Amino acid sequence: MTAKFSADGLTLFRGERLLFKGLSFALDPGGMLLLEGQNGSGKTSLMRAIAGLIEFEDGDVLWDGKPVRSNRQAFYGSLVWMQHRVGFKADLTLVENLRFESHLRAQSDEDFDEVLERLEIARLKRLPLRSLSAGQQRRVALARMLLSRVPLWLMDEPFTNLDRQGRKLVMDVTTEHLDRGGMCIMAAHQDVEIGGNVTKIVLQ
Amino acid sequence: MSNEHASAGMMSGILGVARRDLLLAWKRPGDILNPLFFFAMVAALFPLAVGPSPEQLQFSGPAVMWVAALLAMLLSLNSLFLSDFEDGSLDQMLVSPVPLSALGLGKTLAHWLTSGLPLVLVAPVVAITFQMPIFVTGYLMLTLLLGTISLSLLGSVGAALTVGLHRGTALLSLLILPLAMPILIFGARTVSLVAAGDGAAGGLYFLAAYAVLTLSFAPFATAAALRISNE
Repeated sequence: MTAKFSADGLTLFRGERLLFKGLSFALDPGGMLLLEGQNGSGKTSLMRAIAGLIEFEDGDVLWDGKPVRSNRQAFYGSLVWMQHRVGFKADLTLVENLRFESHLRAQSDEDFDEVLERLEIARLKRLPLRSLSAGQQRRVALARMLLSRVPLWLMDEPFTNLDRQGRKLVMDVTTEHLDRGGMCIMAAHQDVEIGGNVTKIVLQ
Repeated sequence: MSNEHASAGMMSGILGVARRDLLLAWKRPGDILNPLFFFAMVAALFPLAVGPSPEQLQFSGPAVMWVAALLAMLLSLNSLFLSDFEDGSLDQMLVSPVPLSALGLGKTLAHWLTSGLPLVLVAPVVAITFQMPIFVTGYLMLTLLLGTISLSLLGSVGAALTVGLHRGTALLSLLILPLAMPILIFGARTVSLVAAGDGAAGGLYFLAAYAVLTLSFAPFATAAALRISNE
């Protein structure tokens, strides 16, 4: 049986430096891939390459058994990405930013206000994003993930700037996502407590 | 995904991005007003330097206003993708199932509405300083309307190519000026010809054809350029 998401013999260079060679892994629904490694070990580069923003030197990423490079739009319809820069407009309010997301990808049936309530950002609704703290902006980025109806979550350092409750919140919603049959690729250097089928890859 | 669904997503993508950018422009009006002031100032200062002779003003009016409009458009183009690049929104657009060409077209549409269209609307006021007859002013607006559409579209390709380079203003101008030359030549000459009593149809047809040409290739070139710049 082929896995939903798999990578086969990935090799990536950044400039002259070899980041990794012959990296292979597979994810089934409910599975999570945890990327660990020091700063500069290539976690973000791997994430960007999976998202198709950088070309792999060699190897293929497969979604539903089909190479992503020849099937890009279908793959993009299945993922949402939390990256280091949150990707919101500082001059727009929280609601305006999240409403714009509905033009970029399919939205879940989750109630908008309930999600904001749960992430404790409901009272910030009418504020422009620039007046939110870095941790609060991370929570808005988490709201983007919860409001998207996609199976694959790419999370690059999701715990940055978050307080203890925030970190727990990330782990809780990720666990729920995996329980629903979702998949997650997460790069982190904190200890992660997420139940389920976790594969760990340490980048040197 | 069915084709119908895909095209609905495309329209929603174009309009969604355009609406967001218009909202941003509304919240930061300075970004729109700068190029507009530049256009008005250059075009309004010129008659003061030339002197009050009506013949000279009417002779140089179309050329000066067209050059000022072209430069004002160039000025506004630099920031087209820059803020999206810096805050990570561009990455989010790159991994969206909506085709990048549609999202880029939405941004270009918003850019034209906030920079090209205001120039067209301000042009008749500025034309007064050149003592331009009313019917010539009408043709000036028409050529500017068609010309700024092409300039926005061409500019989006240049802006996408230079977004990864910091301070790529000079490069951006160099890249798109050769392609913008025909717009300037036909735009300014058509107005001059009308002022001299000739027909305008040929020039207008050319400008319209150029706008359609850029509309058909620029969105795809912009999308390809954005992917390259964002490596």
